[in-house]
Amino acid sequence: MIPFFTSRRDRLLAYRAMREGTPAAVRRRACPACGAENTALDWSRNGQVCPRCGHHLPIGAYYRLSMLLDPGSFQELGKKAGPADPLAFPGYPEKLRTLEKATGLADAAVAAQGRLEGHGAVFAALDSRFLMGSMGTAVGETITLAAERAARRKLPLVIFSASGGARMQEGIFSLMQMAKTAAAVRRFQDGGGLFVSCLTHPTTGGVTASFASLGDIMLAEPGALIGFAGPRVIEQTIGETLPEGFQRAEFLLEHGFLDQIVPRSRWRSVLAQILSLHERGGRP
Amino acid sequence: MRYTAEEQVRLARDPGRPGAADYIGALFTDFFEQRGDRQCREDGSILGGIARFHGRPVTVLGHRKGRDLQENLTANFGMPGPEGYRKAQRIMAQAEKFRRPVITFVDTPGAYPGKEAEERGQGEAIAQCIAHMSALTVPTVAVITGEGGSGGALALAVANRVLMLEHAVYSVLSPEGFASILWKDAARSGEACEVMKLTARDLYQGGIVQRVLREPEGGAHRDWAAVFAAVDAALTRELEALDKLGGKALAQQRYQMFRAMGQNLPPAGEEVL
Repeated sequence: MIPFFTSRRDRLLAYRAMREGTPAAVRRRACPACGAENTALDWSRNGQVCPRCGHHLPIGAYYRLSMLLDPGSFQELGKKAGPADPLAFPGYPEKLRTLEKATGLADAAVAAQGRLEGHGAVFAALDSRFLMGSMGTAVGETITLAAERAARRKLPLVIFSASGGARMQEGIFSLMQMAKTAAAVRRFQDGGGLFVSCLTHPTTGGVTASFASLGDIMLAEPGALIGFAGPRVIEQTIGETLPEGFQRAEFLLEHGFLDQIVPRSRWRSVLAQILSLHERGGRP
Repeated sequence: MRYTAEEQVRLARDPGRPGAADYIGALFTDFFEQRGDRQCREDGSILGGIARFHGRPVTVLGHRKGRDLQENLTANFGMPGPEGYRKAQRIMAQAEKFRRPVITFVDTPGAYPGKEAEERGQGEAIAQCIAHMSALTVPTVAVITGEGGSGGALALAVANRVLMLEHAVYSVLSPEGFASILWKDAARSGEACEVMKLTARDLYQGGIVQRVLREPEGGAHRDWAAVFAAVDAALTRELEALDKLGGKALAQQRYQMFRAMGQNLPPAGEEVL
């Protein structure tokens, strides 16, 4: 799954991805969907997709980008966009520090300029290990920088979302990131740019209700939960249990909100096809 | 008189406060209501149309909660579904076409978290409405008049100028929802009110709203006429200022204003305020 990397940076990236994927190669981890006792190596070789039933486990942002980008093409953007604590929320700075140490991430989003099968593009990915990939000021800034870079360089924009929504700990400032990111993506699109939005498990709340739903092309991974309100909130509101498969990617496809569902092993080829159909960033 | 944040939330939700229909009735003439999303339904929780503001045609939009039970039900207690946001977007697109300023009155507990709303793309509808409003090339002014609840409120508040009544509140989620997500205990909503910085004063200091409008002693429900006069004067002044900007400059000013929100905060862990 991990391609051959030429630069030192990419080798480090690949090493990190390997490490994230393989805590100990022989340790078994049961598939949460079918119960198959796969080894860590099985999971890792298959991109964290269950070899038996095809269930997709969440993956980190650096790992995601390492799976997509051509070797040696990864140039990270907006690394200075670290989190803020505008509410002085009790325990929040400590929590951020712990997560930063545990994941190696500055916050829940990573953006990079790079190439996919030779096609230049700006990529971003959210990481659900970092406070459920929630969008606070740092995520808002990273996504905005990605859209602005794509606009300036006349490159397509590809974003992989995985988020519980707005980050509660940053209060109203998180809500405003919905306006900021939606405006940035919209402005990029109005200038003729192609935005491919790729939704992975889970994409909900303020991320669904902003940039993630604005793709010119809308794609999702199989089984991903995608919605505005979370299932628990809906069940409490309407006082009934939701049917099996409600708000899953397949459900959204059926209701007209997605172009296609893309299994993890197919992302590179599907995105390469889309990018090639929009040569020169979609500009005639 | 100073209120605690929890008291402010109670005031903001007072059913006696004027709502969008009242502001339209008092401040505008010639109101022509526009209904429907042109796709499948009419959503009564969004009130919108064309009217004259001091003689000049404008587009006006707002959340509607309703005054009695029948109206509450028609308006779904001010919680729009996707059709409401698509209707708002459609009405704003016309404002753009006919070069009318857009004035919005924001007062909602939030977008409706229901099953059908999800089936019809609640998230997509809000996202499109936000994106559309952010790019308008006509002057836009939003007034937070009561509860500014989450993305459902923001969808009508991506304006060149965001004004807020003194006792209105505006937040990422209701204090009840905030407490239940962060502390798994909705009963701690009082505490959440204090932490969330959701009052007009907090939001003004944070650069989220550009002007706070004084309310009569005891709150807006005590003296509607005084509130109408304050809102009328503020809207007049803001539109006058925005009229000096061309279409591109309006879109640019709005983009930069929201772009900067949360951008220059000190990094987490350093002293704030």
